[in-house]
Amino acid sequence: MRGIRGLIAVCLASLAIGAQPAHPAEPQVVRAAVLRVEQGNPLPISRLDLPPADLGFAGARLANDDNQTTGRFMGQTFEVIEADATPETAAATLEQLIAQGASFIVTMADAETTVALADAAGERALVLNATSPDDRLRNELCRANTLHVAPSRAMLADALAQFLTWKKWDEWFLIEGSHPNDRAMAEAYRRAARKFGAKVVEERVFADTGGARRTDTGHVQVQKQMPVFTQDTEDHDVVITADESDIFAAYLPYQTWEPRPVAGSAGLRPVTWHPTQEAWGATQFQRRFERLSGRYMRPVDFQVWAALRVLGEAATRTRSTDYAVLRDYILGPEFELAAFKGQKLTFRPWNHQLRQPILLIHDRVMVSVSPQQEFLHQVSRLDTLGWDEPESTCKLN
Amino acid sequence: MRAAIAALAATLLVPASAAAFTAFVSNEKGNDITVLDTDSMEVIATFDAGQRPRGITISPDGRHLYVCASDDDTVRVFDAKTYQQLHTLPSGPDPELFVLHPSGNPLYIANEDDNIVTVVDVESHTVLAEVPVGVEPEGMGVSPDGRVVVNTSETTNMAHFIDSESFEIFANVLVDQRPRFAQFTADGSRLFVSAEIGGTVTVIDPATQAVEKVISFSVPGVPPEALQPVGVRVTSDGSKIFVALGPANRVAVIDGGTLEVDRYLLVGQRVWQLAFTPDEKLLLTTNGNSNDVSFIDVESLEVVKSVHVGQQPWGVVVAPN
Repeated sequence: MRGIRGLIAVCLASLAIGAQPAHPAEPQVVRAAVLRVEQGNPLPISRLDLPPADLGFAGARLANDDNQTTGRFMGQTFEVIEADATPETAAATLEQLIAQGASFIVTMADAETTVALADAAGERALVLNATSPDDRLRNELCRANTLHVAPSRAMLADALAQFLTWKKWDEWFLIEGSHPNDRAMAEAYRRAARKFGAKVVEERVFADTGGARRTDTGHVQVQKQMPVFTQDTEDHDVVITADESDIFAAYLPYQTWEPRPVAGSAGLRPVTWHPTQEAWGATQFQRRFERLSGRYMRPVDFQVWAALRVLGEAATRTRSTDYAVLRDYILGPEFELAAFKGQKLTFRPWNHQLRQPILLIHDRVMVSVSPQQEFLHQVSRLDTLGWDEPESTCKLN
Repeated sequence: MRAAIAALAATLLVPASAAAFTAFVSNEKGNDITVLDTDSMEVIATFDAGQRPRGITISPDGRHLYVCASDDDTVRVFDAKTYQQLHTLPSGPDPELFVLHPSGNPLYIANEDDNIVTVVDVESHTVLAEVPVGVEPEGMGVSPDGRVVVNTSETTNMAHFIDSESFEIFANVLVDQRPRFAQFTADGSRLFVSAEIGGTVTVIDPATQAVEKVISFSVPGVPPEALQPVGVRVTSDGSKIFVALGPANRVAVIDGGTLEVDRYLLVGQRVWQLAFTPDEKLLLTTNGNSNDVSFIDVESLEVVKSVHVGQQPWGVVVAPN
């Protein structure tokens, strides 16, 4: 016994000198940027949804803290440059960021700007799309140097559709907004209905006629308008709202003519993140964020966090900070990321979309998480959400 | 080491016919502890344990039961015979898992919120040290000689080797995604680290910190993403390693010689943590989503009984006497 103890002591002594992973004299640096392109959105209907000044950037700060903590053990340093731009100045800002040495650009921009930035970056940087859900980016507008951390509209619609199918609420009254993004979201719901065997039995368009978003006694008119707008429809189980522009959906719960639940842009909503998500160890993650930012985490913050964690994970696994090494690893078959969603997240090789479970939430709690386990798939259940390999017109693999 | 062997020797002296041990199960949602008799395999008592009890362990002399009351931000210490709370220990916020030094003192607690491991003297009830580790420290293991404490950090994905005297990290080993649990063999020659999201168990040589093998799992009809290793226990002779596979509802049995999976045992839903009886005849599993504990016969590798406990059983420990 004494002999073993002595031996262990000797081992420990030698380890204390030699076991630390080799730290290079100069720390290796991974430099990334978050480029937030102002969309000029109108004010939200609910003042609870007013965008905080650090929207997205707060997620970036948490990710960088997480990456730095791990980097401490690896001899790696992570830096994130935060930049604001307009669609007009985005390209020039991108050039500045690349000139400052950022070779990973997390974008918070619409589809057109995202593609323009990707084409401008070319071989010089990898673009991580953190906010645009546009399905075209996963199909005809896909780019080899672009990864999509944000879920596509198809993924969001499929996530909700699976749950509604499981509930056997398969007759849908679809109400869409009049803006192009609302129409695109409505199309994703039509596609989801076809995919999972639901029926869109009634469709209406809620036209945005402008005007102030909030007035002193707005609820008086809303209570009169919404029942009339939803009157005289085919029988339906659920009202699906496609209202990315936030014009009308929030007014629909409890105001429909028929007593039916509302889902989509209000009521039961498919999202990447919600402050009440506590499963899979998320509580600590929520608290870290809240301590750092003084507010709840929004989906955009989560998506920016995940985008930067992709880099951190690649740097840790490859023990490298070299752009080409990291890019190849991220796009390769070995890459996986843990992100408080109960399973590893990976990229689809054909269109670089991050596979991820989608939370279905209402205001107070998480209701469910899709994919629903009854929907099977030959590769990954996560591929029951969005554009699967045979359907996608993007062939990057 | 010496104390541990003395304790082991003491249990070996107990005649086989009297092999009735007491098991304690923490019920995460039920806010209580279920007490089981391992001979009759029946519930003999239930007592309140504060809010969200998870990690649970017992002193080598079997007198003190330690429970991480996660939502009370404290470690509660109970008399293992009377079930009365004796005192609490400073733990830092949201304690989830801990490990006792083989001598019974100190207690090493993973503090997920603060990225530190807190070292607490269980006699003076004071914090001896705080060791900065990776993001979201979770699993805690201690070498049989008590010289090395291992912490796993869930977002950094490393096993951190901490010198238990200097409280310094002297090595870091990268493992797969979301490492949950660290378990040494009784002779200290191997360390097993489970990675829940990575779906693997990494076998590490503690002397060199070299990775000996990464074990993965496969069960026909179970989707790969459901194979989520969490709790790990090794028989004292190192011949069998048991791994709880979470939502796969199975415990994997790994051959200690080949490090290959020998078989999978179907238990309850979301199997989380494991504990042997001191004679290693039985292995108990907590099944969080089916609210029960399964008893596995270690020799025959058969699941012999499932017993309903409280709501969402999380951790389990069996008293040494």
